[in-house]
Parts: sequence; C-alpha cells; structure tokens
Amino acid sequence: MPNVWTIFKRELSGYFSTPIAYVFLVIFVVLSGVFTFYVGSYFERDQADLRSFFQFHPWLYLFLIPALAMRLWAEERRSGTLELLLTLPITMTQAVLGKFLAAWAFSAIALLLTLPLWLTTNYLGNPDNGVIMASYAGSLLMAGAFLAIGACMSALTRNQVIAFVITAAVCLGFVLSGYPLVLEFVGAFAPEFVVEAVGSFSFLSHFTEVSKGVIDVRDLVFFVSLMAYWLFANAGVIELKKAE
Amino acid sequence: MVEIEHLCKNFGSLKAVDEVSFGVDRGEVLGFLGPNGAGKSTTMRMITGFLAPDAGRVRVCGDDIATNPLQVKRRIGYLPEGAPLYGDMTPRAFLRFIAEIRGYRGKERELAVDSVVEKVNLQPALEKPIDTLSKGFKRRVGLAQAIIHDPEVLVLDEPTDGLDPNQKHEVRTLIKGMAKEKAIILSTHILEEVDAVCTRAVIISAGRIVSDSTPAELLARSRFHNAVSISIRANTVDGMAEAFRALPAVDSVEVLEAKDGCVRLQLFPAGDAAIAAAVSELARERNWALEELHLERGRLDDVFRDITSGESAQSRG
Ligand SMILES: Nc1ncnc2c1ncn2[C@@H]1O[C@H](COP(=O)(O)OP(=O)(O)OP(=O)(O)O)[C@@H](O)[C@H]1O
Ligand SMILES: [Mg+2]
Repeated sequence: MPNVWTIFKRELSGYFSTPIAYVFLVIFVVLSGVFTFYVGSYFERDQADLRSFFQFHPWLYLFLIPALAMRLWAEERRSGTLELLLTLPITMTQAVLGKFLAAWAFSAIALLLTLPLWLTTNYLGNPDNGVIMASYAGSLLMAGAFLAIGACMSALTRNQVIAFVITAAVCLGFVLSGYPLVLEFVGAFAPEFVVEAVGSFSFLSHFTEVSKGVIDVRDLVFFVSLMAYWLFANAGVIELKKAE
Repeated sequence: MVEIEHLCKNFGSLKAVDEVSFGVDRGEVLGFLGPNGAGKSTTMRMITGFLAPDAGRVRVCGDDIATNPLQVKRRIGYLPEGAPLYGDMTPRAFLRFIAEIRGYRGKERELAVDSVVEKVNLQPALEKPIDTLSKGFKRRVGLAQAIIHDPEVLVLDEPTDGLDPNQKHEVRTLIKGMAKEKAIILSTHILEEVDAVCTRAVIISAGRIVSDSTPAELLARSRFHNAVSISIRANTVDGMAEAFRALPAVDSVEVLEAKDGCVRLQLFPAGDAAIAAAVSELARERNWALEELHLERGRLDDVFRDITSGESAQSRG
C-alpha cells in the first residue's frame, strides 16, 4: 500500500501546482456562503443550525465535483503518461485508489474551509453539533460518490470537457432520482419495484437522511458501495481502453 | 534475459504485430527497426506490460508478464514513445515520485535521484516545471526515469527522436555506457544509430520480423558494401570507366559526375572482393591524379528500403 500513498501524494500536489485548486476552493467557499446566507436564508430562519448550508451541497457538488474529477484520467490519457504510470510496478487497484483518494482528500480540504461557518453558528446560538458533524460526514461521503463517478467517466475519454459533461449528467441522474416528479415519471411506465429502485439510488434522500443527524448503516453502505462500484468500473474501463 | 515468443496483437482487423519472436541477452543492444506503423511501439508496449498480447508470451528473467506482471515491471526500465511526463512537476519531484514507486525511501530515494541526475546531466533543469523544459532536457528526464532503479532490462522507444545531433550523441553515449550489464531494446528510425550503438538489428515490417542480424551483416547486404568511390583530376572520362571495369575484381562502374576537371566514379566489386588496392594501383599506372578514394561499408537505408518495401508495408500508416 505504500504505492497508494505515493500516487496519492503526487496527485494531491498536482492539484495545488495549478491555479485550478485555488479557484476551486474559493468558488466552493464563496458559493457555500451565498447559498447559505442568501438562498438558504440562514439568518431569517433564526435557527442555530446549518441546514441552509448543507441542503445545497448536492447542487454545489453537481458541477464542482466533475471539475475536480475530470482531469484524473483524461489528462493521463491525453498526455500519454497513462503508459508511464501503468508500466510502473503498481497494480491497477493502487493507481485507481491513489488517484481517487487524492481527489477525495481535496474535497475534504474544501469542506474544512467551511468550518468557520460552524464556529459562527456556535457563537450565535446553540446548534446540535452532532447533527452538524453527521452532515459533514454525509457531505463528504456524497462527494466521494460523485468523485468515483467522475473518476470513471474521466477514464472514458482524453477530453476533460467531455468527462465533465458526462459526469455532471450522470450525477444529476443520481441526485434527481429521489424527486417525486422523476419518480412519477418513471412510475408512469415502469413497475413499482423499478420506481423504488430508482428512488433508492437518490443521493438526495440518502444525504437528507444522514444530515438529520443519524448515520444509518444503510446510508453508509449505500455511499461506500456506490464508490466501490464506480471505482471498480473505473479500473475496468482503463484496462479495456488502455490502448486508445 | 528477455524472451518473446509468437507475440500477436490485432487492432480490429489490423494485425499490428504478427508472430514476433526474439530474445535479448545481457550485453546486447537490440535495435528495433521498421517503417512507420510497423508495430515497433505496439511490441514494446506488450513487453513492458502496458498492452496484453492477443497471443504469444513475454518472459523477462524467467517471469511471464501475464502471470507475474509486477515482478517483470520491476526489472524493466521503459521510455515510452515521445517520452510522456507529468508536465506540471519539476524533474526533481517527478524523479522522487518514480524512485518512491521503485521502492526507494528517505535517504536512499535522494541518493537514487541525485545519482541519476548526474548520469543524464540534468542539474540545470532540476527545479523548473517539466513543461517549460527544452526537448533535450525533457528526453533526459524520460531517460532518467527509466534508469533510476538500474534495471536489468531497458526498453527505449525512439530515445533520440527529435533531438539535435549533440543530444543524440549524448544519449547514444549514455546507452552504450550501460550496454554491458543490461539487455537493451531500442527502436529507432535512424539507421546510423543502429550501426553506432546496436549489437543486433531486428527489422519489422507490417507486424512481422523480416530480418534479424547484426548491423555488419545488414551492411554486407548493401549494393554499396565494399564499393569504392574515387575522384580523379581529369578533363574527360574517356577510357577510365572501361579501364576500371577491366579489372577482374571490379564488377561494374558508374560515372557519378564529370565536371570542372574532376571525375567521380563509383566502382562496385564482384562479390565480396576488396578492390581498393587494385583501383589505386591502376590509377597510378595510368598516371591519373587520384584525389580521393573512399571505401564504402554499405548503405543501411538502401538495405532497409529493400527489406521493408517488398512487404505490404506501403499500404499501412
Ligand atoms: N490503439 C490503437 N488502436 C488501433 N490501431 C493502433 C493502435 N495502436 C497502434 N495501432 C496501429 O498499429 C500499427 C502499428 O503501430 P505502432 O505504433 O506499433 O507502429 P510503430 O512501428 O511504432 O510506428 P512508428 O515508427 O510510427 O512509431 C499502426 O498501423 C497503427 O496505426
Ligand atoms: Mg512507434
């Protein structure tokens, strides 16, 4: 596993060697603020909690995470370094994990930068910190799931823009699949169990559950297995499409 | 040390590599030649474990790459075509990364990086982003990456491609310096390079091996092998060609040029005969002022063209 760590370090420092990292972090923090205070009416609600902050995370991630994930493999493919990487004495699993974990750690850093919001809330009132902690954990898990999808899509192409668009589209599907509107639409032509299956894949409903303050094993399993699935697919895609 | 048996790789209906077999031992530098699209890079990608062959197998020091890829990859140093590198890193950071993957830690890692930097003369570029380096330095980073762990087997895909003559010379010197204790496979389009560094030349065309011999043997197949070209100060060629052709060892004579009081002739020997002595003897007898006499070893590009144009090679990319 030291190889995973080595790849992780290279990948993470790669984020910071370009302005993308800082742009990303600034946009994330600023948008979090905008959503929380303006759209989410943090003050008007007059409640000491971060609901108005977290409820927008799925939407924030929808376009920020694909931006984070798009270069993971597409860039390796474009520059030809994929050949370099995969002829080093490492396994595919190590390469996939190292890269994914680096991107995930980066999104964790972005989340960490919103901690002042938590502190402010504590200063202004008496929030349920357990709920907030669970929400942070849920948000991180959701980011991981988005990222795993993004990593897999990035492996499909050498074009980062294409990777971005496909990832955003697939993620949108996962977010929306919990909405009644979507479920009704699916229910119009599909049997009940399909509707339930579609609904159960919703990031939104799982995330909402977690951010109520209880980390249910089912939600945990949902996000973790989703990550495992997409990373597995990621390795498969690379293996199959190496030559192109 | 490297054994390749009946290697095949298809891309759709295209047989990119077709029944390629050869072996390379320690101390050998195998030059891998062939026209564009012959399948050199594809073969090298299979040897280094990037692509899986459709049939056949690759063994390095007894380990099969299909069943024991990590063991094989540890033993190989590989410079892919075009020397791809992580452009946003500095050479130092990049080489540290490679060294770490190759199992060097802490002080050992720094030692490995320092010694390879020394070997390829990379000091002036060490702290600049790779993207900003000249082609020569980039190639050196690529080479450094391939030899940092002192591998037993070195696979270099067009290591001197696109370099200026000085850089080419340096890279060749580097390769020759390592040749003794390694098995080296390098691909190239530069035929003089084969002559300069390789102990063996394998020519492949349309995915198949069409020739496997030493550079000297290749040269011997040239029409120009042992041919002699001469310049004589004279105003007319009359009689000269006939006189030379009359020599028993001379097979044929071509007049290359006759102007400005200087005649240039190309004399081809009959078989493998050495004709230089007889030619200069005759010139002296006739009182022809011999300005230049040059013995040719052979022309590789001629041989190369002969060997590779017979195949269906022209139709491919
Ligand atoms: N990933 C791929 N998909 C489809 N065809 C490919 C692929 N890689 C190579 N080819 C084809 O296989 C053939 C051999 O290619 P290869 O790159 O091995 O040639 P090469 O001998 O290295 O040529 P060059 O001297 O130009 O580097 C070519 O016709 C090429 O177009
Ligand atoms: Mg090639």
